[in-house]
Amino acid sequence: MQFQSQKVAMPYFIAAIGLFVGQILFGLIMGLQYVIGDFLFPAIPFNVARMVHTNLLIVWLLFGFMGAAYYMIPEETETELFSPKLAWLMFWVFLVAGALTILGYLLVPYASLASMTFNDAWPTMGREFLEQPLPTKLGIVVVALVFLFNISMTVLKGRKTSISLVLLMGLWGLAIFFLFSFYNPSNLVLDKYFWWWTVHLWVEGVWELILGSLLAFVLIKVTGVDREIIEKWLYMIIAMTLITGIVGMGHHYFWIGTPEYWQWFGSVFSALEPIPFFMMTIFAFNMVNRRRREHPNKAATLWALGTGTMAFLGAGVWGFLHTLAPVNFYTHGTQITAAHGHMAFYGAYVMVVLTMISYAMPMMRGRVANSGKSQIMEMWAFWLMTVSIVFITLFLTAAGILQVWLQRVSTTPLGFMAAQDQAMLFYWLREITGVVFLIGLVVYILSFFVGGETKESAAQ
Amino acid sequence: MSQAFTKSMARNIFFGGTTFFFLLLVALTFDTMQVLPKRDHRENITPQVASGKHIWEKNDCIGCHTLLGEGAYFAPELGNVYTRRGPEFIKAWIAAQPTKSPGRRQMPQFNLTDQELDDMVAFLKWTSEINTSKWPPNIEG
Ligand code: HEC
Ligand code: HEM
Ligand SMILES: [Fe+2]
Repeated sequence: MQFQSQKVAMPYFIAAIGLFVGQILFGLIMGLQYVIGDFLFPAIPFNVARMVHTNLLIVWLLFGFMGAAYYMIPEETETELFSPKLAWLMFWVFLVAGALTILGYLLVPYASLASMTFNDAWPTMGREFLEQPLPTKLGIVVVALVFLFNISMTVLKGRKTSISLVLLMGLWGLAIFFLFSFYNPSNLVLDKYFWWWTVHLWVEGVWELILGSLLAFVLIKVTGVDREIIEKWLYMIIAMTLITGIVGMGHHYFWIGTPEYWQWFGSVFSALEPIPFFMMTIFAFNMVNRRRREHPNKAATLWALGTGTMAFLGAGVWGFLHTLAPVNFYTHGTQITAAHGHMAFYGAYVMVVLTMISYAMPMMRGRVANSGKSQIMEMWAFWLMTVSIVFITLFLTAAGILQVWLQRVSTTPLGFMAAQDQAMLFYWLREITGVVFLIGLVVYILSFFVGGETKESAAQ
Repeated sequence: MSQAFTKSMARNIFFGGTTFFFLLLVALTFDTMQVLPKRDHRENITPQVASGKHIWEKNDCIGCHTLLGEGAYFAPELGNVYTRRGPEFIKAWIAAQPTKSPGRRQMPQFNLTDQELDDMVAFLKWTSEINTSKWPPNIEG
């Protein structure tokens, strides 16, 4: 760690991991409700568990991105953070706002929560992933703006690298496209059309800039490969991301009332979206193979390679699987969608945040890398969680194929609930695999508390 | 990547490509906005339909159901439920929840008034009339 102010990333990372645990616990509750329908009903209905699960995911990834930026920007710009105090303040604001929101979901009926938070005056709630009450949404905007101010001021006064500029563009984009969450017309088609400007343009647009930038930063650090080469790759990756991903949004405009030409635009452009993810895989492996140093943090290198690989599998391969309009006609809104969502979110965004934590956390604790013992544990956690996600994806894909076949392709289609009954075996297997994922997460957390001999980072 | 291909060339492709395709999206969006009224039949969005959408959102129906294929995959698609079940079934169903059938997936009791039930049905009826390019494949959703 070269600058004192980088340390403000620590609370962000700790909060991220804590909320990650919450996300998984609620995931397990829902997984059980898939097979034992009345589990915890009516205390925690499925939809409540789901909004806790998905919102915790988004919030902890945002904590992760912010922590990563606070760690990375001083080092890239070679100057102390503009204001560590502001960063601390926003940390508490975001954590308290997040906690209150989750408590609101769990303790107050959603309709009452909506009435209490001015949703009747300005309705924004009750849409997937954007369930947050208005004050929370406004809070997110305030936190994001203060954070962006802090980071931008730091970049302005320091060295301007491509990696930090790309990160900055990604983070500003994140804030800007979130503003579409405030637009909710009575016309469902318009509502859906612009809902995707937040959701799709996040995960297949500006978030990929953040992803590429974090990955590039860690790869420079652990491989020592020349910055020029890494940054050239980074620009090509994000160029392909936006060239394919912006109009690729058409893959969500097939069946929601939008004109039929979207079936062409959406299919063609989104079919190219795997390219930037494939480039990311090649990039990660290529840089590690050409490494100029043996960095003692093997775990961080493993996470970086894992991110490249799993992002391609989850977003690239599982995305392509159902992105062509004639396929999507049958798979739209089934367990196939769920399968893809899980592996893509884990492979791209969960893993890149864990890559950054893996690299930065030891540094902030005054060493180049954790002890061998701790790293071995962390790598066990890597494999447990990653293999679990692969199997969860496979089981959901199997359930999805069955569902599509029985309910949509068959000449004597089953009703939704009857088709679900036929997929029970796969839902049980998914739930069991989810428990293994949780074990992996526990091992991951324990790895932070394993001692042993470490190299001091005085030289770093 | 080869030496002749420099970082600034890569950066120019990024900025040029992004600008071009974002403008293309804006143009397509503009065209879509011109065509949509014929496909979404917005002339039928009465205050009652709008109120139905509001009730839909306030009770987070999307947290279990899909609507035109988007949402959660725990419970049946409702974009075409009006055609599948008809207005009376929908109202009776919502009013009768939960089924309390042991082990079966449960839908909560939302305590909707008769007026709210009518609004919900109006919203689901309007939704079922959107031109969705023949999706879903069959009546089961
Ligand atoms: C906690 C999850 C959950 C929520 C929230 C929920 N539902 Fe349901 N809903 C279900 C389940 C599960 C079924 C199927 C139950 C069965 O078949 O036993 C269902 C079935 C239905 C059906 C019958 C569908 C058919 O094809 O027979 C309608 C209509 C319906 N829900 C409307 C709504 C509306 C309107 C809302 C919001 C006010 C809503 N639901 C919220 C879980 C939910
Ligand atoms: C890391 C990047 C990505 C993430 C995190 C991600 C995540 C998701 C999620 C969560 C959904 C479900 C949305 C909903 O609830 O309705 C979804 C839908 C979809 N994604 Fe992705 N995705 C990514 C990349 C991609 C790519 C690259 C493609 C195409 C190659 C793709 C194709 C699709 C399609 C076609 C759908 C719609 C599924 C349906 O019709 O039900 N995704 N994605
Ligand atoms: Fe998408």
